[in-house]
Amino acid sequence: MTRVIVITSGKGGVGKTTTSASISSGLALRGFKTAVIDFDVGLRNLDLIMGCERRVVYDLVNVINGEANLSQALIKDKHCENLFILPASQTRDKDALTEEGVEKVLKDLSHMGFEYVVCDSPAGIERGAVMALTFADEAIVVSNPEVSSVRDSDRILGILQSKSRRAIEGREPVKEHLLITRYAPKRVEEGEMLSYKDVQELLRVPLIGVIPESDDVLQASNQGTPAIHLKDSDVATAYQDVVARFLDEDRPLRFVSYEKPGILKRLFGGK
Amino acid sequence: MSLLSYFFGSKPKTASVAKERLSLIIAHERTSNRAPDFLPALQKELIEVISKYVNVGLDDIKVQLEKQDNCEILEVNITLPEQPQK
Ligand SMILES: Nc1ncnc2c1ncn2[C@@H]1O[C@H](COP(=O)(O)OP(=O)(O)O)[C@@H](O)[C@H]1O
Ligand SMILES: [Mg+2]
Repeated sequence: MTRVIVITSGKGGVGKTTTSASISSGLALRGFKTAVIDFDVGLRNLDLIMGCERRVVYDLVNVINGEANLSQALIKDKHCENLFILPASQTRDKDALTEEGVEKVLKDLSHMGFEYVVCDSPAGIERGAVMALTFADEAIVVSNPEVSSVRDSDRILGILQSKSRRAIEGREPVKEHLLITRYAPKRVEEGEMLSYKDVQELLRVPLIGVIPESDDVLQASNQGTPAIHLKDSDVATAYQDVVARFLDEDRPLRFVSYEKPGILKRLFGGK
Repeated sequence: MSLLSYFFGSKPKTASVAKERLSLIIAHERTSNRAPDFLPALQKELIEVISKYVNVGLDDIKVQLEKQDNCEILEVNITLPEQPQK
């Protein structure tokens, strides 16, 4: 059985692609045969984050249009044995993604023995975003502790609950998870940033993890290495925890509280 | 920021303002955006039925679906016109 996971948010720039890359890598590292699909038609980016941009020959729209078959378009990841990437098309034709086309691709992936398919959603609540969530079994809603992001997350939750196949067919609803990214415990402590508890209370979706704000993410994207692979990085550890929780393992939250530096450190500086 | 407020932390807590604003707008948008598709039709038919008996217009009937925890409440508000005294 294939599980389809959509990484979605409504708002752009909150960390969906970063999260898609790390979670799909994390699942593959755990031994699951995993595919990650870039649904951001027109703005292909996942290939860069995964470091496979120079190996893109065919894309999702080519497969849907029958110009290439799935195994020609899937790119084998360079870090993980069981991971394959299906890049987005650069076409500007917004109607290139059809529901039948996407459904067929997902069916074929299932026949090929993929256990997880991670769908990296584009921003917005238009066609591309709806297409990415239509066939989802589970949704990871990515939110930053910031007003517009939280509001947009709530909008996308409404869409999941009305436009997903599961909702339309009246089956068991899409399983929702909340992932808070770009979290700065110090600013939360100082009352400048919504806490993860605030966001969770507002959105009323079970929390799957909190990813700290970190320069490491830029380092990772510079190199085309998903952040979960970084050594000695809080972000990598936080994403590993998310994957563990996704697989029903118990992991306490980390990196959510700020240790106040002592008075000497405050006076004399230091990080 | 003054030195005093640096040490005693008297900055306004904008996070709590954010939370307050979000809880209001989210509650509002949940009721308006998640209204099921049949509400406008229901409203129209209600007007047809009610106007057989009293003189009401489109704006006199408000139909709203509200969600509270686990149950949904369908609220129908009908404003009757003032009856001329016989
Ligand atoms: N935890 C984080 N800490 C710091 N920067 C981050 C973090 N997560 C994402 N970013 C940065 O935010 C930007 C948007 O991330 P991206 O994953 O492309 O978002 P989206 O796919 O939602 O548009 C990128 O520049 C990325 O490097
Ligand atoms: Mg993206």
